[in-house]
Order: sequence, then structure tokens, then C-alpha cells
Amino acid sequence: MDIFNLIFSFLYQFGDAFAFLVLSACGLAVIFGMMGVINLAHGEFIMCGAYVSTSAVHAGLPLPLAIVAGAVAAGIAGMIVELLVIRPLYQRPLDTIVATWGISMIVTQGTLIVLGPSMQGVGTPFGSFTMGGYSYSVYRVILMIAAIGTLALLWLMFTRTRFGLLSRATIQVPHVAEAMGVNTNLIYSVTFGLGAGLAGLAGGLYAPTMTLVPTMGASFMVEAFVTVVVGGADIFLGTAPAAAILGVIKAALTGWQGQLAGQIGLLIAVIIVIRILPRGISGKILKERA
Amino acid sequence: MAEQSRLRAALRLVEGPQTIGRGPRFWAGFLVVLACACAYPMFADSYDVGNNVYFFNWLFMAMGLSLIWGYGGSLSFGQTAFFGVAGYCYGVLTINLGDAYGLTLLSLVLAVGFSAVFAAVLGYFLFFGRINGVFLGIVSLSVTLVLERFMAQTAGPQWAIGSARLNGFNGMGGMPSLTIPWPGGDIVLFPDLPLYYLTLALLVVVYLALRMLVNSRFGNVLVAIRENPQRAEMLGYDIRKFQLGGFVIGSALAGLSGVLYTSWGNYITPASMGMTAAALPIVWVAVGGRSDLTTTLVGTLAVLIVFQMLTIHGSQYALVVMGILLVLTVLVAPRGIVMGIVDAAGRLTRRKEVR
Repeated sequence: MDIFNLIFSFLYQFGDAFAFLVLSACGLAVIFGMMGVINLAHGEFIMCGAYVSTSAVHAGLPLPLAIVAGAVAAGIAGMIVELLVIRPLYQRPLDTIVATWGISMIVTQGTLIVLGPSMQGVGTPFGSFTMGGYSYSVYRVILMIAAIGTLALLWLMFTRTRFGLLSRATIQVPHVAEAMGVNTNLIYSVTFGLGAGLAGLAGGLYAPTMTLVPTMGASFMVEAFVTVVVGGADIFLGTAPAAAILGVIKAALTGWQGQLAGQIGLLIAVIIVIRILPRGISGKILKERA
Repeated sequence: MAEQSRLRAALRLVEGPQTIGRGPRFWAGFLVVLACACAYPMFADSYDVGNNVYFFNWLFMAMGLSLIWGYGGSLSFGQTAFFGVAGYCYGVLTINLGDAYGLTLLSLVLAVGFSAVFAAVLGYFLFFGRINGVFLGIVSLSVTLVLERFMAQTAGPQWAIGSARLNGFNGMGGMPSLTIPWPGGDIVLFPDLPLYYLTLALLVVVYLALRMLVNSRFGNVLVAIRENPQRAEMLGYDIRKFQLGGFVIGSALAGLSGVLYTSWGNYITPASMGMTAAALPIVWVAVGGRSDLTTTLVGTLAVLIVFQMLTIHGSQYALVVMGILLVLTVLVAPRGIVMGIVDAAGRLTRRKEVR
């Protein structure tokens, strides 16, 4: 019985780490995979989602709807940013990173000025359940389901819809897609909005479990970065397996030495992985397939 | 005789294709600026002099970033990691060793050396893994963020190295300033005249040495890698070694900034490695014009002064202004504001000629 409890406890830790990595990274991965742009304002879109969904709950909306509202708000913000700042810089992808960092500074400090140093949270819903003497949060389990659901929806979107088809054509050979009549600018715009929206979703989902401060985005950044670096450019062949592998490392180290050891372990794992697989897991898989 | 001519050849590299400014007019201007900088303390009170040293401290990190990013084309967003590592290293060493017999100077060398070794280890994995620019930026940024979080949790007596307490989020203080042993009493370099002249001299030496470096064979290869890595490789250069070399030199300069800053304020905190701290060098160097040492220097100094004035008069808006400045620079004047002004002026005069 003890062994069973131990296994369950580790699985729970792993699922928690996996969900956090998937949710915090998938928005970054969508934008990076499609456009080759690393969005350094990613954390601020997460913060935007968290703030909007929390305000919506305070305004009386039920939590699931509030989370959707947060994701939509972040998505719209993302499309505006794309239009104003990213679009003129398509020819200079490295400059885009610097520009998004500027946006991140403006938004973080702007939020601090306008909304103050912190916002009242909503408290984690659904209570907890007990298993073998330890209690576990129900909401954390819901987050795991949400992570898998998000991956499934993204997969359906990219493989079963017209937008998915056009966007995959745009990644592969932008010029040909354009010549065939695809409005690539629109595709890029929607993709950036989608990535920002996914970041907002992560923010909305994690808002009940965190303290809401303007710099909260930074606490997602390291995990999001390492997952995208290990995963490479493809979400399904890269981000998901990377999150699974890193989830094991993080859960093991966190259980053994605490939160920070988990993070340091992730970082060291990433630096070693880069030496062996410079294009990430998906780069490796796609190369072998080709 | 041969050595003399080699020295002369090295000195000649101070002008070259990779640096703006050549000929008697530029150097006359350089000397005028230097003379003004030397004369400045005579007209200012000691607070302003100390404050100027604070500005000078950051310029080393900015020039290092210019070398890595502007000349080498590698985006390193984590220069503050080396700044912080060297700062903490200096603190730990001097608190344990004390300030007698010039041991602070030894600590300075050791701390800068330590940050260079750290950069070499990290750079080995990054450059020999042949990752592209985007990943280099985010991995180095992750390193500095994790270091910040690590140092922030080192509160409590169990986190001490020798007699130096790390003190967690509040930061480490109480380390001695740089001290030069001198017959008839050590010279303690408080933020005042002696430190001003020492830092200024260091700045001039580093600036001229970097000019020679980027105009040498090493610098030319570095620029070739920035322009086209494949071509540089096809020409037979091991680009990984050159990138790593540039990265280590630039990071050691960030470390030098860290040591000087720690000694200047007798203080270093984890926040010096955080997200905001990491963004500021990017702003200085991008706004100034990263692809040239002189524009980086001028731009960094200008942005630092503006930033401090903003912090004094409208503290909370300073960072917003910095962010806007960064976005606008990237969009409107990608080569930096100094070159942007030069280009605009050039366009105006050319238009006049046409008329």
C-alpha cells in the first residue's frame, strides 16, 4: 500500500510539473514554431490572462468563463502587438526578440503604475482529496486535464481545420503559400494571437493558485524557455515530449530538494541537451524521418 | 627592433574598418573629451564625481555586450549573470581576505577570472552545440533568472562562505572597497577622486584595447561570422572558438562591471541579476548602436544619465520610457540612435547638394 501511495504521489507531482510546463510553453512554442520569433513578452500575456480572468471572477463571472475571457483578452492584445510591432520586423527576426522585450518592460511597469503592486486573488477552488494520508488539490488535477485537453485541441486545429492547413503551408514555404493565394500576413497575425491567447489561458488557469503581481510572468519564463529549447520548433513532436521528460526531472528534484532544485535541474538539463541536440527533440525526430 | 615594430603594428589597429572614427580629427576630439573628463572633478562636488563613477562602472558591461552582440552577432541576454557572479565573488573574497596588502586587487582579478571561467563553461555548451542566436538569448536569460532566484533564497546563517553571509533577497553588504597598498597609508578607493581617475583610466585602456581587438584578425573573423556564419566556416575558421572567445571576453567585462559596482557601493543584491536588470544593458547597447564601440559608449552614457534623471523626477515611469525607447529604436533606428542621427544628418546634407 505504501508503494502505491508513493507511486501515486510521484505521478501527481509529475502531472503537476507536466501541466505547468505544457501550459506555460505552448503559447511560446506556437509562435516560435510558426514564425521563428521568441516572444519575450510571453510572461506579460500570461499576466494579462491572469489579471483579466481574476477581475472577471470578481465581477461575478463563473471561473471557467472567466478563464476563457482571460485567454481571449490576451489573444486580442497579442494581435494588436503583432500589428504594431512585429509586422514591420519580419525580415529581422532577432530584432523582434529585442522589441518584445521592450513591450514586456512597458507592460510590467505600466501594470504596476495603473493597478498597483498586487491584485486580490480568488483562492484555489474545489478543495482537496485525500489518498493514503496525504491530501492533494483537486484543482491541480483539473490543470493536468486542461494541459492534455489544450494539446488535443491544438492538434485538431492544426491537422483538421482549414486554418491549420494554411498555417502549416505557411511555415513550410512562405513564398509558395503566398503565391498560391494564402494571406500569409493574416496567418501570422492569427498565429501570434493564438500564441498570446494560449499564454493568457495559462495565466487564467494558474491565476487561482498564485499571487497576482505585475512581475508574475517572469515566474513562468524559465520553464517556458527550457521546454521550447528542449522541444524545438514543433509543438507535438517537441513541446509535449520535452514537457514529459522535463516533468520527470522537475518532479524528482522538487520532491527531493525543493522548488529551486527543480528549476536548477531543468536549466542544467537544458544546457546539456543543447550540446547533444541543438535543434531540440523535434529537430532530431524530423531529421531522422527525412 | 622586431618587437618594436610589432608593437607599432598592434597600436595601428586602434583605427580600422570595424570602428568608427579615424584620423587626426577624431583623435583630437577624443583627447578633448578625455581632457574634459579629467578636468570634470575640479568643477563638480564630490557627490557628482562619485555618481559619475557609478555611470562609468556600467560602461564595461555595455562594451562587452557590444563585442558579443554587435560584433559577434550572438544575442546574450544574460550578461547580468556574469555581473552578479563576479560581484558576489568579490564580496565573498574580500570579506574573508580583508583589505590589507592589496588583497582587494587580487580579489578583483580572481572575481573577474571566475566570471570568465563561468562564461567559458556555459559558452562551451552553447557554442559547441551550435545553437542559433534565438536560443542563445533565452538560455542565457534563463541562467541569470535562475541565479537571481537562487541567490534570493540564501537567507539564513547556513548560507555563508567563510565569514561572508550571502543574506538572500536583501543582498550582501559590508565588503571593503578596492584598496591600493601605498607606502605611508593605503589608498582606499571610496567613490571620490582617486576612484574616479582609476575607473576613467581603466575605461580608456579597455576602450582602446577593444578597438585594437575588433580591428585585429580576431575581430575581423568575428564580424565575418556575424555577417554569414556558413561563409566564415567555409573559409576554414572554427567559428565556435571565435564566438566562444568573444563571449568570454565580453562576459569578463561584465564581471569587471560587477566588481567595480560592488566595490563602489559596498553592496550587491540578487535583483542585479533579475529580469529588469538584464533588460537594461540591452536597452543601452541597442539604443546607442550596438555595432560600434564608440556609439555604444556614447549611447550607454546618455541613456544612463537620462534614466537616472527620470528615476529622480518620475521614478515609476522610468522603466516604461526605457521600454518605449527600446521598441522605437528597433523599429525606427535599428543601428542605434547615434548612427540614426548621423544618417539623418547625412540625408539632409545630401538633399541640399542636389538642390
